[in-house]
Amino acid sequence: MNRTEILEELKKILSPYTVDKEKLAAINDDTDLIKDLKINSANLVDIIIDAEEKYNVEIDYDSAEKMIKVGSCIDVIAERLSEK
Amino acid sequence: MNRRVVVTGLGVVSPNGTGLPAFLNALQNGLSGIRFMPLYQELNFSCQVAGVPDFEWEQLKSYISEVTFHGLKGTNIGYGIKAALDAWADAGFAYDTDETRWDTGCIFGNSIADTEAMKNVIIRVDNKEARKLGSRVVEQAMNSGVTSYIAGRLGLGNKVITNSAACATGTQAILMGYEYIKHGYAKCMLAGSSEYVDPYVYGAFDSMRVLSRKFNDQPEKASRPMSATAGGFVPGSGAGALVLEDLEFALERGATIYAEILGGSSNSGGQRGGGSMTAPNPAGVIKSIEEAVSMAHISPDDIDLISGHLTATMADKQEIQNWSTALKRGGKDFPLINSLKSMIGHCLSAAGSIESVAAILQIKHNFAHPNINLDDPNPGILELIDRERMPAIQVNKDINILAKANFGFGDVNTCLIFSKYKNK
Repeated sequence: MNRTEILEELKKILSPYTVDKEKLAAINDDTDLIKDLKINSANLVDIIIDAEEKYNVEIDYDSAEKMIKVGSCIDVIAERLSEK
Repeated sequence: MNRRVVVTGLGVVSPNGTGLPAFLNALQNGLSGIRFMPLYQELNFSCQVAGVPDFEWEQLKSYISEVTFHGLKGTNIGYGIKAALDAWADAGFAYDTDETRWDTGCIFGNSIADTEAMKNVIIRVDNKEARKLGSRVVEQAMNSGVTSYIAGRLGLGNKVITNSAACATGTQAILMGYEYIKHGYAKCMLAGSSEYVDPYVYGAFDSMRVLSRKFNDQPEKASRPMSATAGGFVPGSGAGALVLEDLEFALERGATIYAEILGGSSNSGGQRGGGSMTAPNPAGVIKSIEEAVSMAHISPDDIDLISGHLTATMADKQEIQNWSTALKRGGKDFPLINSLKSMIGHCLSAAGSIESVAAILQIKHNFAHPNINLDDPNPGILELIDRERMPAIQVNKDINILAKANFGFGDVNTCLIFSKYKNK
């Protein structure tokens, strides 16, 4: 799965956690989940759990802390997928 | 300063009607909301009927954001949100605000988190999967979940309190809201309560042998307050909410006023003098009614209608006796009395708020709703009050003053006095 494919999948994962669907459609590596998409910081945990389920991977606490921007989310997911 | 407190908005999720028009229609036509529950038969419960609101979960999307809706599992919270936000809109207020509404608070009660939803939490933890629970469990497991969702949606910034007093929860919430406004702490309070009786809570009541079990094949006949064949209560679920306001504040903004709260009292019989965890001490009940009448500065003779607790158990007769003693009225001189539980069962924490919404609608529309299923009044009750004081069909008359009481496990009592609003 390449980065573009992961990005498209990530949009679906993020969708229930943001009301701003226009911004979501236009996300890129620099998009900040909390500042730009106005995602409640408590929901980052849910996004990680949903991503784990979707990709059947385990994202440890340290990696999870890096998932602040869309780019870093893709980095972590791509890394986990490559380990499979 | 003598502040007056009025009711300016109502919202309801009741087994026999969700939303005010449906609920009013149900009250006026004696419609039952009690249904047969196939699951309860499967589970070998003795009582297999319940009061279940017609509630489309997806409709919550028009009340709360998609993000909040996603992951909302607590049925009690869903009912509470709908009733509270309907009441808020009914009072003429907008949902959205950028500023905190410092003058308005929320007192919403409930008994317990949705155990059915919590079951999934327990299973995950037991499977060593606690890390998969996510962020949305705690806010729905906490008793204050319901007030947190409501107050958060509306930006309420005054006192935000969750109360719990078993079956007296709803009336107690309204009394507390009234008191905060009366004492000048808040201009407006959104007060109410909700209850979702899931199979686990229901099962526990079933085991106490306090539920109706002889009418499983005739669900609408199963809840029979004050009748000789009353054989236990029927659990019900739902929510009720009232917007309470300082009269001056309400008049200034041109609000529509449904009714006035003249006073009330909340106490406990101390689980003494015949009172226990599950039974009220009559002295406590009588004192609560007497105090409510006294706080409201009315005479017992002014009461046109009593909305009783009257659950359809052995306790109904004692309750009538207590009212009769407290008000010093009996026979033909007793006020009209009715029990909404004949139509919707006993909604536990939500009973007081749903029944208060019904009380205010009866004041506004000048009627006493029927006691359905009262074909065979309890002979013991007939020794205390006249048959026609317990109407089996709707009575159309001016209802100026209405007394509403609920009595709960833990020997807690609350009595409220509602009145038509008069610009005296």
